[in-house]
Amino acid sequence: MKIYLPNSAFLGNIDPFLKQMDLSDPFKLQITANKKWISMHPVVLCMVAALGLTIKSENVKCEKLEAKSKHYLQRMGLFKLVNIKVETPIIEHESAGRFIPLTRINNSQELTKFIADIVPLLHLEPEQADPIKYIVSELVRNVLEHSESKRGAIVSAQYYKKSNTIRIGIVDTGVGIKKTINNAYPAKTHLEAIQLALTPGITGTTRRIGGTEYNAGAGLFLIKSIAQINREFFMIYSGNAMYKLLKNKPDLKRITLQGNPFQDRHSKGEDYPNWQGTVVGVDISLDKTKEFTVLLDLIWDAYLKTIKERKKEKYRKPRFI
Amino acid sequence: MIEIKLIKVVGLFAENKDLAREIRLTKIIPALEKNEKVILNFEEVEGATQSFVHALISDVIRKYGPEVLDDIAFKGCNETIKKIIGIVVDYMQESQ
Repeated sequence: MKIYLPNSAFLGNIDPFLKQMDLSDPFKLQITANKKWISMHPVVLCMVAALGLTIKSENVKCEKLEAKSKHYLQRMGLFKLVNIKVETPIIEHESAGRFIPLTRINNSQELTKFIADIVPLLHLEPEQADPIKYIVSELVRNVLEHSESKRGAIVSAQYYKKSNTIRIGIVDTGVGIKKTINNAYPAKTHLEAIQLALTPGITGTTRRIGGTEYNAGAGLFLIKSIAQINREFFMIYSGNAMYKLLKNKPDLKRITLQGNPFQDRHSKGEDYPNWQGTVVGVDISLDKTKEFTVLLDLIWDAYLKTIKERKKEKYRKPRFI
Repeated sequence: MIEIKLIKVVGLFAENKDLAREIRLTKIIPALEKNEKVILNFEEVEGATQSFVHALISDVIRKYGPEVLDDIAFKGCNETIKKIIGIVVDYMQESQ
Protein backbone atom coordinates (compact mmCIF):
# COMPACT_ATOMS: atom_id res chain seq x y z
CA MET A 1 0.00 0.00 0.00
CA LYS A 2 1.23 3.50 -0.77
CA ILE A 3 -0.11 6.74 0.64
CA TYR A 4 1.01 10.21 -0.37
CA LEU A 5 0.15 12.98 2.07
CA PRO A 6 -0.54 16.07 -0.03
CA ASN A 7 -0.24 19.72 0.95
CA SER A 8 -3.99 19.88 1.40
CA ALA A 9 -6.61 17.17 1.92
CA PHE A 10 -9.85 18.26 3.52
CA LEU A 11 -13.39 17.06 2.87
CA GLY A 12 -13.94 19.62 0.11
CA ASN A 13 -10.89 18.44 -1.86
CA ILE A 14 -10.37 14.92 -0.54
CA ASP A 15 -11.21 13.13 -3.81
CA PRO A 16 -7.71 13.26 -5.38
CA PHE A 17 -6.16 12.03 -2.11
CA LEU A 18 -8.50 9.03 -2.05
CA LYS A 19 -7.95 8.22 -5.70
CA GLN A 20 -4.16 8.26 -5.48
CA MET A 21 -4.07 5.70 -2.65
CA ASP A 22 -2.53 2.42 -3.74
CA LEU A 23 -4.08 -0.27 -1.55
CA SER A 24 -2.80 -3.18 -3.64
CA ASP A 25 -0.20 -4.79 -1.35
CA PRO A 26 -1.92 -5.36 2.01
CA PHE A 27 1.32 -6.40 3.78
CA LYS A 28 3.33 -3.19 3.38
CA LEU A 29 2.59 0.49 3.82
CA GLN A 30 4.77 3.24 2.41
CA ILE A 31 4.03 6.82 3.44
CA THR A 32 5.39 9.74 1.45
CA ALA A 33 4.49 13.39 1.73
CA ASN A 34 4.60 16.78 0.07
CA LYS A 35 8.06 18.28 0.63
CA LYS A 36 6.87 21.77 1.54
CA TRP A 37 3.66 21.53 3.47
CA ILE A 38 1.22 18.91 4.71
CA SER A 39 -2.20 19.89 5.91
CA MET A 40 -5.03 17.44 6.29
CA HIS A 41 -8.41 16.65 7.76
CA PRO A 42 -8.34 14.34 10.82
CA VAL A 43 -10.11 11.70 8.72
CA VAL A 44 -7.02 11.43 6.51
CA LEU A 45 -4.84 10.80 9.54
CA CYS A 46 -7.32 8.22 10.80
CA MET A 47 -7.14 6.41 7.46
CA VAL A 48 -3.34 6.30 7.51
CA ALA A 49 -3.35 5.06 11.11
CA ALA A 50 -6.06 2.48 10.40
CA LEU A 51 -4.08 1.08 7.47
CA GLY A 52 -0.89 1.07 9.54
CA LEU A 53 -2.59 -0.98 12.23
CA THR A 54 -3.55 -3.71 9.76
CA ILE A 55 0.11 -4.70 9.26
CA LYS A 56 3.23 -5.33 11.32
CA SER A 57 4.85 -2.05 12.33
CA GLU A 58 8.19 -3.04 10.75
CA ASN A 59 6.41 -3.13 7.39
CA VAL A 60 5.32 0.50 7.69
CA LYS A 61 7.87 2.81 6.10
CA CYS A 62 7.63 6.55 6.38
CA GLU A 63 10.04 8.60 4.28
CA LYS A 64 12.05 11.38 5.87
CA LEU A 65 9.56 14.18 6.16
CA GLU A 66 10.70 17.63 5.03
CA ALA A 67 7.52 19.67 5.16
CA LYS A 68 7.54 22.54 7.64
CA SER A 69 4.31 21.27 9.16
CA LYS A 70 5.65 17.74 9.69
CA HIS A 71 5.37 18.07 13.48
CA TYR A 72 1.60 17.92 13.01
CA LEU A 73 1.76 14.16 12.42
CA GLN A 74 3.70 13.72 15.64
CA ARG A 75 1.37 15.99 17.58
CA MET A 76 -1.67 14.04 16.41
CA GLY A 77 -0.03 10.81 17.54
CA LEU A 78 0.33 9.03 14.20
CA PHE A 79 3.81 7.59 14.78
CA LYS A 80 3.02 6.55 18.33
CA LEU A 81 -0.26 4.80 17.49
CA VAL A 82 1.13 2.87 14.53
CA ASN A 83 4.59 2.50 16.09
CA ILE A 84 6.27 3.94 13.01
CA LYS A 85 9.96 4.72 13.05
CA VAL A 86 10.63 8.00 11.30
CA GLU A 87 14.07 8.63 9.77
CA THR A 88 14.70 11.82 11.70
CA PRO A 89 13.05 12.24 15.08
CA ILE A 90 10.60 15.08 14.88
CA ILE A 91 10.47 17.57 17.72
CA GLU A 92 7.01 18.04 19.01
CA HIS A 93 6.52 21.81 18.81
CA GLU A 94 3.43 22.28 20.86
CA SER A 95 1.24 20.11 22.94
CA ALA A 96 -1.42 22.72 23.57
CA GLY A 97 -4.23 23.30 21.14
CA ARG A 98 -7.74 22.25 20.49
CA PHE A 99 -7.46 18.73 19.10
CA ILE A 100 -8.04 15.11 19.95
CA PRO A 101 -5.05 13.02 18.91
CA LEU A 102 -5.52 9.74 17.07
CA THR A 103 -7.24 7.35 19.44
CA ARG A 104 -8.15 3.72 19.05
CA ILE A 105 -11.46 2.79 20.66
CA ASN A 106 -12.11 -0.91 21.15
CA ASN A 107 -15.11 -1.07 23.46
CA SER A 108 -17.93 0.74 25.20
CA GLN A 109 -15.88 1.73 28.25
CA GLU A 110 -13.19 3.34 26.10
CA LEU A 111 -15.87 5.20 24.17
CA THR A 112 -17.42 6.56 27.36
CA LYS A 113 -14.02 7.82 28.51
CA PHE A 114 -13.30 9.30 25.09
CA ILE A 115 -16.59 11.23 25.08
CA ALA A 116 -15.87 12.62 28.53
CA ASP A 117 -12.53 13.93 27.23
CA ILE A 118 -14.04 15.68 24.19
CA VAL A 119 -15.16 18.83 26.00
CA PRO A 120 -11.84 19.64 27.76
CA LEU A 121 -9.67 18.66 24.78
CA LEU A 122 -11.60 20.76 22.27
CA HIS A 123 -12.36 23.53 24.81
CA LEU A 124 -16.04 23.52 23.92
CA GLU A 125 -18.96 25.32 25.48
CA PRO A 126 -21.63 22.87 26.68
CA GLU A 127 -24.08 23.87 23.93
CA GLN A 128 -21.38 23.36 21.30
CA ALA A 129 -20.42 20.00 22.77
CA ASP A 130 -23.81 18.26 22.43
CA PRO A 131 -23.75 17.66 18.66
CA ILE A 132 -20.07 16.67 18.74
CA LYS A 133 -20.57 14.12 21.53
CA TYR A 134 -23.64 12.85 19.75
CA ILE A 135 -21.80 12.38 16.44
CA VAL A 136 -18.83 10.60 18.01
CA SER A 137 -21.04 8.32 20.08
CA GLU A 138 -23.28 7.27 17.18
CA LEU A 139 -20.41 6.70 14.75
CA VAL A 140 -18.15 4.79 17.13
CA ARG A 141 -21.07 2.64 18.31
CA ASN A 142 -21.75 1.81 14.65
CA VAL A 143 -18.17 0.57 14.41
CA LEU A 144 -18.32 -1.41 17.65
CA GLU A 145 -21.69 -2.99 16.84
CA HIS A 146 -21.64 -3.55 13.10
CA SER A 147 -18.14 -3.38 11.62
CA GLU A 148 -16.64 -6.58 13.08
CA SER A 149 -13.38 -4.61 13.07
CA LYS A 150 -10.58 -6.36 14.93
CA ARG A 151 -8.92 -3.03 15.57
CA GLY A 152 -11.91 -1.03 16.78
CA ALA A 153 -12.49 2.54 15.64
CA ILE A 154 -9.76 5.08 14.95
CA VAL A 155 -10.92 8.56 15.89
CA SER A 156 -9.44 12.04 15.75
CA ALA A 157 -10.75 15.61 15.80
CA GLN A 158 -9.40 19.10 15.53
CA TYR A 159 -10.58 22.67 15.93
CA TYR A 160 -9.75 25.04 13.03
CA LYS A 161 -9.66 28.63 14.16
CA LYS A 162 -9.95 30.28 10.72
CA SER A 163 -13.22 28.54 9.87
CA ASN A 164 -14.29 28.08 13.50
CA THR A 165 -15.07 24.44 12.80
CA ILE A 166 -14.51 21.12 14.48
CA ARG A 167 -13.46 18.45 11.98
CA ILE A 168 -13.91 14.83 12.95
CA GLY A 169 -12.69 11.57 11.43
CA ILE A 170 -13.85 8.06 12.38
CA VAL A 171 -12.44 5.09 10.49
CA ASP A 172 -12.53 1.31 10.73
CA THR A 173 -11.11 -1.60 8.79
CA GLY A 174 -14.05 -3.93 9.32
CA VAL A 175 -16.50 -5.58 6.94
CA GLY A 176 -17.81 -2.35 5.35
CA ILE A 177 -21.32 -0.99 4.89
CA LYS A 178 -22.40 -3.31 2.07
CA LYS A 179 -21.93 -6.49 4.08
CA THR A 180 -23.76 -5.00 7.07
CA ILE A 181 -26.69 -3.67 5.03
CA ASN A 182 -26.90 -6.94 3.08
CA ASN A 183 -28.03 -8.68 6.30
CA ALA A 184 -31.42 -7.05 5.69
CA TYR A 185 -31.38 -5.43 2.21
CA PRO A 186 -30.07 -6.75 -1.10
CA ALA A 187 -27.83 -3.78 -2.01
CA LYS A 188 -25.89 -4.77 -5.12
CA THR A 189 -23.16 -2.15 -4.94
CA HIS A 190 -21.24 -0.32 -2.24
CA LEU A 191 -22.85 2.95 -3.34
CA GLU A 192 -26.35 1.50 -3.07
CA ALA A 193 -25.45 0.24 0.42
CA ILE A 194 -24.25 3.73 1.41
CA GLN A 195 -27.48 5.22 0.08
CA LEU A 196 -29.53 2.80 2.19
CA ALA A 197 -27.38 3.35 5.28
CA LEU A 198 -28.04 7.10 5.07
CA THR A 199 -31.80 6.64 4.64
CA PRO A 200 -33.82 7.15 7.85
CA GLY A 201 -35.24 3.99 9.37
CA ILE A 202 -32.95 1.62 7.44
CA THR A 203 -30.68 -0.62 9.49
CA GLY A 204 -28.75 -3.72 8.54
CA THR A 205 -30.27 -5.54 11.50
CA THR A 206 -33.89 -5.77 10.30
CA ARG A 207 -36.34 -4.68 7.59
CA ARG A 208 -38.93 -3.91 10.23
CA ILE A 209 -40.01 -0.26 10.46
CA GLY A 210 -38.96 1.03 13.88
CA GLY A 211 -35.89 -1.20 13.87
CA THR A 212 -34.97 -3.71 16.53
CA GLU A 213 -34.78 -3.29 20.28
CA TYR A 214 -31.23 -2.05 19.69
CA ASN A 215 -31.18 -0.19 16.37
CA ALA A 216 -33.54 2.32 14.78
CA GLY A 217 -31.53 3.11 11.66
CA ALA A 218 -31.24 6.76 12.55
CA GLY A 219 -27.58 7.40 13.39
CA LEU A 220 -26.03 8.19 10.01
CA PHE A 221 -29.08 10.18 8.86
CA LEU A 222 -28.85 12.26 12.01
CA ILE A 223 -25.15 12.98 11.55
CA LYS A 224 -25.56 13.88 7.88
CA SER A 225 -28.45 16.14 8.85
CA ILE A 226 -26.45 17.97 11.53
CA ALA A 227 -23.77 18.72 8.91
CA GLN A 228 -26.42 19.72 6.38
CA ILE A 229 -28.24 22.15 8.66
CA ASN A 230 -24.88 23.67 9.58
CA ARG A 231 -24.01 23.90 5.83
CA GLU A 232 -20.91 21.78 6.25
CA PHE A 233 -19.36 18.72 4.63
CA PHE A 234 -20.07 15.09 5.47
CA MET A 235 -18.27 12.23 3.72
CA ILE A 236 -18.68 8.49 3.87
CA TYR A 237 -16.49 6.00 2.02
CA SER A 238 -16.72 2.21 1.99
CA GLY A 239 -15.62 -0.37 -0.57
CA ASN A 240 -15.12 1.43 -3.88
CA ALA A 241 -17.82 4.05 -3.21
CA MET A 242 -17.75 7.50 -1.71
CA TYR A 243 -20.67 9.83 -0.98
CA LYS A 244 -20.06 13.43 -0.04
CA LEU A 245 -22.68 15.87 1.17
CA LEU A 246 -21.71 19.23 -0.30
CA LYS A 247 -22.10 22.52 1.50
CA ASN A 248 -25.42 24.23 0.95
CA LYS A 249 -25.15 27.68 -0.52
CA PRO A 250 -25.14 30.40 2.17
CA ASP A 251 -27.93 32.31 0.38
CA LEU A 252 -30.22 29.28 0.62
CA LYS A 253 -32.59 30.39 3.36
CA ARG A 254 -34.35 27.13 4.14
CA ILE A 255 -32.72 23.71 4.06
CA THR A 256 -34.98 20.76 3.36
CA LEU A 257 -33.81 17.46 4.79
CA GLN A 258 -34.39 14.64 2.35
CA GLY A 259 -34.91 10.99 3.24
CA ASN A 260 -33.02 9.98 0.10
CA PRO A 261 -29.39 11.20 0.39
CA PHE A 262 -29.13 11.34 -3.41
CA GLN A 263 -31.67 14.17 -3.38
CA ASP A 264 -29.31 16.30 -1.28
CA ARG A 265 -26.62 18.46 -2.84
CA HIS A 266 -23.87 15.86 -3.09
CA SER A 267 -21.13 14.19 -5.10
CA LYS A 268 -20.58 10.47 -5.35
CA GLY A 269 -18.45 7.91 -7.14
CA GLU A 270 -17.77 4.20 -7.44
CA ASP A 271 -14.26 4.30 -8.82
CA TYR A 272 -12.23 4.70 -5.63
CA PRO A 273 -9.62 2.23 -4.33
CA ASN A 274 -11.37 -0.52 -2.41
CA TRP A 275 -11.47 0.47 1.28
CA GLN A 276 -12.06 -2.58 3.43
CA GLY A 277 -14.16 -0.99 6.14
CA THR A 278 -15.78 2.40 6.53
CA VAL A 279 -14.48 5.97 6.61
CA VAL A 280 -16.55 8.90 7.89
CA GLY A 281 -15.51 12.54 7.97
CA VAL A 282 -17.66 15.40 9.18
CA ASP A 283 -17.22 19.14 9.73
CA ILE A 284 -19.22 21.06 12.31
CA SER A 285 -19.19 24.83 12.31
CA LEU A 286 -19.30 26.38 15.76
CA ASP A 287 -20.54 29.70 14.29
CA LYS A 288 -23.67 28.26 12.82
CA THR A 289 -24.51 25.57 15.31
CA LYS A 290 -28.19 25.96 15.94
CA GLU A 291 -29.52 25.14 19.35
CA PHE A 292 -29.44 21.36 19.54
CA THR A 293 -33.16 21.06 20.32
CA VAL A 294 -33.96 23.06 17.15
CA LEU A 295 -31.69 20.75 15.18
CA LEU A 296 -33.46 17.73 16.60
CA ASP A 297 -36.88 19.12 15.67
CA LEU A 298 -35.83 19.59 12.06
CA ILE A 299 -34.16 16.20 11.82
CA TRP A 300 -36.96 14.20 13.41
CA ASP A 301 -39.65 15.83 11.33
CA ALA A 302 -37.77 14.53 8.29
CA TYR A 303 -37.21 11.13 9.93
CA LEU A 304 -40.91 10.66 10.75
CA LYS A 305 -41.96 11.87 7.30
CA THR A 306 -39.74 9.25 5.67
CA ILE A 307 -40.99 6.50 8.01
CA LYS A 308 -44.58 7.44 7.11
CA GLU A 309 -43.78 7.32 3.40
CA ARG A 310 -42.13 3.90 3.78
CA LYS A 311 -45.13 2.66 5.71
CA LYS A 312 -47.47 4.02 3.06
CA GLU A 313 -45.57 2.10 0.37
CA LYS A 314 -46.74 -1.08 2.08
CA TYR A 315 -50.41 -0.06 2.20
CA ARG A 316 -52.67 -2.26 0.16
CA LYS A 317 -54.63 -0.49 -2.55
CA PRO A 318 -58.34 -1.00 -3.13
CA ARG A 319 -59.22 -3.19 -6.08
CA PHE A 320 -61.76 -1.55 -8.33
CA ILE A 321 -63.40 -3.90 -10.77
CA MET B 1 -43.42 1.96 42.12
CA ILE B 2 -39.73 1.96 41.38
CA GLU B 3 -37.53 4.94 40.60
CA ILE B 4 -34.39 4.36 38.53
CA LYS B 5 -31.73 7.04 39.00
CA LEU B 6 -29.90 6.98 35.69
CA ILE B 7 -27.03 9.31 36.59
CA LYS B 8 -25.56 6.63 38.86
CA VAL B 9 -25.47 4.09 36.07
CA VAL B 10 -24.98 6.00 32.83
CA GLY B 11 -23.12 9.17 33.85
CA LEU B 12 -23.52 12.69 32.50
CA PHE B 13 -23.95 11.72 28.85
CA ALA B 14 -26.28 8.77 28.38
CA GLU B 15 -25.04 7.01 25.27
CA ASN B 16 -24.09 3.47 26.33
CA LYS B 17 -26.72 1.25 24.73
CA ASP B 18 -25.47 -1.83 26.59
CA LEU B 19 -26.30 -0.14 29.88
CA ALA B 20 -29.68 1.00 28.52
CA ARG B 21 -30.49 -2.57 27.54
CA GLU B 22 -29.42 -3.85 30.95
CA ILE B 23 -31.63 -1.31 32.73
CA ARG B 24 -34.56 -2.31 30.52
CA LEU B 25 -34.11 -6.03 31.05
CA THR B 26 -33.22 -6.05 34.72
CA LYS B 27 -35.29 -3.17 36.09
CA ILE B 28 -37.98 -1.77 33.79
CA ILE B 29 -39.49 -4.98 32.44
CA PRO B 30 -39.49 -6.88 35.77
CA ALA B 31 -41.25 -3.90 37.40
CA LEU B 32 -43.86 -3.69 34.65
CA GLU B 33 -44.42 -7.44 34.87
CA LYS B 34 -45.28 -6.92 38.53
CA ASN B 35 -47.71 -4.13 37.52
CA GLU B 36 -45.48 -1.55 39.17
CA LYS B 37 -45.13 1.99 37.87
CA VAL B 38 -41.64 3.03 36.74
CA ILE B 39 -39.99 6.43 37.08
CA LEU B 40 -36.91 6.98 34.92
CA ASN B 41 -35.01 9.72 36.70
CA PHE B 42 -32.73 11.73 34.37
CA GLU B 43 -31.76 14.34 37.00
CA GLU B 44 -28.15 15.53 36.47
CA VAL B 45 -27.89 13.67 33.15
CA GLU B 46 -26.80 16.38 30.71
CA GLY B 47 -27.40 14.63 27.41
CA ALA B 48 -28.65 11.42 25.84
CA THR B 49 -28.49 9.93 22.37
CA GLN B 50 -31.48 8.66 20.47
CA SER B 51 -29.76 5.27 20.36
CA PHE B 52 -29.60 5.16 24.16
CA VAL B 53 -33.26 6.09 24.61
CA HIS B 54 -34.22 3.66 21.84
CA ALA B 55 -32.38 0.82 23.59
CA LEU B 56 -33.99 1.85 26.89
CA ILE B 57 -37.67 2.04 25.94
CA SER B 58 -38.43 1.06 22.33
CA ASP B 59 -38.85 -2.62 23.03
CA VAL B 60 -41.02 -1.86 26.05
CA ILE B 61 -43.40 0.15 23.82
CA ARG B 62 -43.33 -2.57 21.18
CA LYS B 63 -44.05 -5.37 23.69
CA TYR B 64 -46.67 -3.71 25.86
CA GLY B 65 -48.10 -1.18 23.38
CA PRO B 66 -48.22 2.61 23.78
CA GLU B 67 -50.48 2.17 26.83
CA VAL B 68 -47.33 1.27 28.77
CA LEU B 69 -46.50 4.99 28.76
CA ASP B 70 -49.21 5.38 31.41
CA ASP B 71 -46.99 3.31 33.68
CA ILE B 72 -43.68 5.02 32.89
CA ALA B 73 -42.78 8.58 33.85
CA PHE B 74 -39.64 10.51 32.92
CA LYS B 75 -38.33 12.74 35.70
CA GLY B 76 -35.81 15.59 35.74
CA CYS B 77 -35.22 15.70 31.97
CA ASN B 78 -33.66 18.76 30.37
CA GLU B 79 -35.11 20.10 27.11
CA THR B 80 -32.81 18.04 24.86
CA ILE B 81 -33.53 14.79 26.66
CA LYS B 82 -37.27 15.54 26.65
CA LYS B 83 -37.05 16.07 22.90
CA ILE B 84 -35.20 12.81 22.31
CA ILE B 85 -37.60 10.78 24.46
CA GLY B 86 -40.52 12.39 22.59
CA ILE B 87 -38.98 11.43 19.27
CA VAL B 88 -38.47 7.78 20.21
CA VAL B 89 -42.00 7.55 21.62
CA ASP B 90 -43.39 9.14 18.43
CA TYR B 91 -41.61 6.89 15.96
CA MET B 92 -42.30 3.74 17.95
CA GLN B 93 -46.01 4.55 17.86
CA GLU B 94 -45.74 5.40 14.19
CA SER B 95 -44.24 1.97 13.49
CA GLN B 96 -46.85 0.02 15.50
